[in-house]
Amino acid sequence: MHKQQRVIEIKEVLKGVDDPELPSVGVLDLGMVRDIQVDSEQRIEVTMVPTFAGCPALDIIENNVKKAIEELDWVTGCSVTFSFSLKWSTDAITQRGKEQLKKHGISPPPENYKPGEEWRVNCPYCNSSYTSMENIFGPTACRSILYCRACKNPFEAMKPVIEHSIT
Amino acid sequence: MTAIETPEQAKQDRTYHEALVDLVYQFADDDFIISFRGSEWLGLAPHIEEDVAFSSITQNTMGHAFLFYQLLEELGEGDANSLAHDRRPSERKNAVYFEKKNGQGTYLEEPYYDWALTVVRQYLYETFKKVKLEAAAKSSYQPLAATAQKILMEQTYHLAHWKMWVTQLQHATQEAKVRIQSRVEEAWKEFGDALELGSKAIDMKKLGLLCGEDELKQKWLQEVEQHVASVPTTPLEKCLGNGRAGEHTEDLKQAINTLSEVYQSDREAVW
Ligand SMILES: [Zn+2]
Repeated sequence: MHKQQRVIEIKEVLKGVDDPELPSVGVLDLGMVRDIQVDSEQRIEVTMVPTFAGCPALDIIENNVKKAIEELDWVTGCSVTFSFSLKWSTDAITQRGKEQLKKHGISPPPENYKPGEEWRVNCPYCNSSYTSMENIFGPTACRSILYCRACKNPFEAMKPVIEHSIT
Repeated sequence: MTAIETPEQAKQDRTYHEALVDLVYQFADDDFIISFRGSEWLGLAPHIEEDVAFSSITQNTMGHAFLFYQLLEELGEGDANSLAHDRRPSERKNAVYFEKKNGQGTYLEEPYYDWALTVVRQYLYETFKKVKLEAAAKSSYQPLAATAQKILMEQTYHLAHWKMWVTQLQHATQEAKVRIQSRVEEAWKEFGDALELGSKAIDMKKLGLLCGEDELKQKWLQEVEQHVASVPTTPLEKCLGNGRAGEHTEDLKQAINTLSEVYQSDREAVW
């Protein structure tokens, strides 16, 4: 099997590994996987980038990624490292990832957000823009709680996290 | 200033290494102690939404402390977990104002904590953290610059939160105004060392690790003047001591004893 093809196979497997704090959204679609290396002895090295600092799920994610990859019969071993010098931003979430989030009542982060400014997103259920921020800090560091005044449902949204330009 | 890319490179120059380590301890210890004081509010914040928000900020800030302790681990200072939990007060570099107790009583027995102190302290702290991180994002030590950038992306939410509290309370009842103002005046007597960089300040600037103390102070003051209604005109003092030089109060001992009790009882716990 060609190396390229092996990487594709690994990516396929990773589609099934979710962030436990965002069930149904794969780590791949969240943009957490930065590099996949396959060496000549079919050992795999995955470099990942954590979403929020202090995210308590990192150990679980690391284990799940390792386990999933090691289930491929040609793989002889797998190591996962989180790189803390790489920056994750919500812009790294794929289109597919955004759709998955919505399906589970979580709005994807707004586009064109400027750090420090207030933001709003449309309701994931009825798509109304008539929403209000209830608590910017939700059940996990990456989520906020909003309320839809149109369909009267509370919902969650992923906080926009993007690079800060320094003057 | 030439960029230093790796810890190995940083270790080659003793002056550089020493100044860098001192600076990273300041970042790590400040975040660590402020998030400990924050965690003591768990379940006691003014309302349930605030409880959720404050504990989320605290957990995130503890995560930031660990990013800095990891940098120190890479620089040869030892295991990140023991750096956080196993160092004596005299080895800690956090500014003294951040270790101050939340109020009278203890978490378990009649905690008479003062929300005005917390709002003022968290606001002054997050403003200071932003200014210092922005300087660090331009640091000659690339791993520090990258970490600072990453933290800034998340910290913007913390600052916005405390800005909102400070602004709202200053526009609320007379009692709220007075209590905020008296905590601001108190802070002016105690915040001084936060804006200092310790005995290696000159090296830090010369080696491009961070800007100078004057610039840090000036930028902080500029921000604070925009949100605090009446900024004291007296110079900032450090009546509680100078944490950057390892001088600390009994309050830090109390914090470390509480923290290490949990840590010593289960060293393998995941933090
Ligand atoms: Zn709706």
